[in-house]
Amino acid sequence: MTSHIKMDERVERDRLAEMVQAVIGKPLDRPEGALKVSGAAPYAMDRLPANACHGVLVRATVSNGTLRDMDVDAVQALPGIRAIIADDRLLRNPAQGMAGEAPIQGPKDIAYFGQPIALVVAETFEQARHGAQALKLRFEADGTAIVAPDDPKADIETPEDEQDSTGDLDAAMQTARHTVDAHYTTPGHVSAAMEPHASIAEWNGDRLTLYGSYQMLRFNRAELADALGIEEKQVRILAPYVGGGFGSKLGIGPEAVAAALAAKALGVPVAVAMSRQQVFESVMRRSETDQHIRLAADEQGRLIGIGHEALVSNLPGEEFSEPVTQATPFLYQGDHRVIGHRIARVHRTCAGSVRAPGEAVGLTALEIALDELAAASGIDPVKLRLINIPQKDPSQDIPFSSHMLAEALEEGAKRFDWDRRRSEPGAVRDGEWLIGMGMASAARVNMLIESKARVTLNANGTGTVETDMTDIGTGTYTVLSQIAGEMLGLPMDSVETLLGDTAYPPASGSGGSFGAASNGTAVLLACEEIRQQLCERLDCDMQGLTLKDGHAIVGNRRIALPEILDGSRLVGEGHVEPGKAEETVRQATYGSYFAEVAVNAITGETRLRRMLGVFAAGRILNPKTARSQCLGGMTFGIGMALTEELIHDPRDGHIVNRDFAEYHLPVNADVPQIDVVLLDERDAWANPLQAKGIGELGICGAAASIVNAIYNATGIRIRDLPATLDKIIDGLQSRTD
Amino acid sequence: MTISVSMTVNGKTVSGDVEGRTLLVQFLREQLHLTGTHVGCDTSQCGACVVHVDGQSVKSCTILAAQANGTEVVTIEGLADGATLHPMQEAFREHHGLQCGFCTPGMLATGYDIVRRLPDADEARIRRELSGNICRCTGYHNIVKAIKAGAEKMSAA
Repeated sequence: MTSHIKMDERVERDRLAEMVQAVIGKPLDRPEGALKVSGAAPYAMDRLPANACHGVLVRATVSNGTLRDMDVDAVQALPGIRAIIADDRLLRNPAQGMAGEAPIQGPKDIAYFGQPIALVVAETFEQARHGAQALKLRFEADGTAIVAPDDPKADIETPEDEQDSTGDLDAAMQTARHTVDAHYTTPGHVSAAMEPHASIAEWNGDRLTLYGSYQMLRFNRAELADALGIEEKQVRILAPYVGGGFGSKLGIGPEAVAAALAAKALGVPVAVAMSRQQVFESVMRRSETDQHIRLAADEQGRLIGIGHEALVSNLPGEEFSEPVTQATPFLYQGDHRVIGHRIARVHRTCAGSVRAPGEAVGLTALEIALDELAAASGIDPVKLRLINIPQKDPSQDIPFSSHMLAEALEEGAKRFDWDRRRSEPGAVRDGEWLIGMGMASAARVNMLIESKARVTLNANGTGTVETDMTDIGTGTYTVLSQIAGEMLGLPMDSVETLLGDTAYPPASGSGGSFGAASNGTAVLLACEEIRQQLCERLDCDMQGLTLKDGHAIVGNRRIALPEILDGSRLVGEGHVEPGKAEETVRQATYGSYFAEVAVNAITGETRLRRMLGVFAAGRILNPKTARSQCLGGMTFGIGMALTEELIHDPRDGHIVNRDFAEYHLPVNADVPQIDVVLLDERDAWANPLQAKGIGELGICGAAASIVNAIYNATGIRIRDLPATLDKIIDGLQSRTD
Repeated sequence: MTISVSMTVNGKTVSGDVEGRTLLVQFLREQLHLTGTHVGCDTSQCGACVVHVDGQSVKSCTILAAQANGTEVVTIEGLADGATLHPMQEAFREHHGLQCGFCTPGMLATGYDIVRRLPDADEARIRRELSGNICRCTGYHNIVKAIKAGAEKMSAA
């Protein structure tokens, strides 16, 4: 039986609060922790069948044109080479998140430098790699390809439904007492999940099994089937352990389709692992952005107008574009508004979702602009934000489902000793280091995605959760077990959660921070179904049933579950769908960041000294996993502020820094003491768990707090991220001149 | 050209035929099926492939299998004592020193090595010593905490 809910209205009843097992909301350890510390958790490339061949992808070395010829014979003559696959079904780039259908296919039309165009298959990995490197290619290149979004010849799209204008911002800018009018840029970023993309494909007749590294299996199954021209039911994808995702594994990728085609052609399993360089070149990047922000405020700092116009880029034909302004319409007040969104079509690696598409970079620029307004008006940055929190979503005149930005700002300011900050820049010095403090708001839209789960109460009184949901490091195994344990009155060691297999009910997948809340709701509903069945067996009503420690308590009876089950098992299914609540109220998560930096007065080098994040995301299902998500998100923010930057060759657009030697992720030495505070909140509009997404909130605006701290330390305003020392040192010199 | 290699891995003598270009990590993963050692970056930055070779922590993607001939190798699979986790493994599990788990075997191998060389390392020193290991999920905090806790457990053991 299936228990179903469509989120059309508030769910007033807090079912989890009525339960007594007391595992929800507790900082419990991961059930899969022991496997991961033993090297026993199988990732995509860890289940290599004995007879498997290896495939290595071959890349295009031009950015636009046609593949005319490959010297296949020479490579086929090399030792161990089994095949060179250049099938028309190969993918140009991965599918965008939740596409559910194949992306653009065909390896011969080249759209970007690094595009996979063939797969060389050999008996060993070393032979395949050599074959792929030795394969001579002849391209007919189109020398006119546009590879930079700021190229005056670039084709710029201005989608009508993504422009919005209310009131008269130009006039507001004229009459305002305080204004900011500036351009901010962020470079391209990569997810850089630690596990490079890999797939092992194995056919049994016309049925395909793929061990992959993917975030959203129900969509990936549809995408893979569509790419291969087969039925979904012929495809099974397994991804029980995924070595990080951050958006890079949302859609089926070239390596999966290539492995499947090669395995079919050769009649043996084929494994394709991308090298890190290939992941950089042919998996999604976050688009670089150019953001024109205008702020108009009155004498007291109250915003009367906000303009946020973004230019992003993507390949021709791609539907996704970085939704830079996503939080701008509802974060602050102001009657006069302009939202603009333009897309430059460029021949660069495909742009797609990287952790918190939109707010990660959009809010960062907006929050730097707010700091500029604070400096221009002489109003404290925390106060400036507090006085501009709207009572309703100003863009749609609808209420907020819940809203804790003010609490997050106040709590953060208190804990960080914000009142010790000197408002005039460059006032604090520690030897050759200039010290400054900065802050920013955090905000991220909250989403619910259709999801299903099955829960079984086994005859021995243990519970099993099954869904094709993934755990990409986020803690899904943990929180789903907690929800089932709470609802069924089972201790954690009596609940097993099975994930990452399309044989299980289709879930939301991991992405957009919606996984735990969407899929967790499906688990809660499935458990309600089981509770109903238990009531029938015990002849009681739902109100009268208490489940705890593997026992049912009804009236004055306490009965062990196996006794009630009497050799049988109970199965419940849960199904949640988004509904009218999406339009009735504005749902978002909020928070605040506070950062203290030291900028070297001689070299311009910035060192983050301490950082605090305060976040509200509804009910926190597990503070240990939630906190870790926030720490990781803020660390992404440190990278965005100080080091991370994709660099493209101006001639052909290729990524110059396509490895971890040259693309600088934050390392241990870059990460100082970071504190995370999670505020207590319930959001009854979000879902029956009253929980919201938290995986992305910690990056949205984080970099701004650091950049704003650099300003406070030095008086130097960085508007082009990352704030590397070359951008700071000029300003330092002019200060000392 | 194939080369015959023989070494001790996790206490057992193993041998196999490799190519001159075969990396130790590939030999461990593909021939010995010790897949706990991971390949994360291909350029020796990330440290997901750290193992111990003759008692020293080594990135197994920077050494050829042939170079490891005659050595004693310990991988993540060899750290536990049967079903009992090593104190460092227990500390990582307990202190949430991991999320996705992909960098974890390398972090553990490095962490174990740090504690053995510098049993009294403070937080700052641990961070410095972890310079060759990258994690994208956790922000490192719980990893540093786990190594400190692991050090205490190891000295108590």
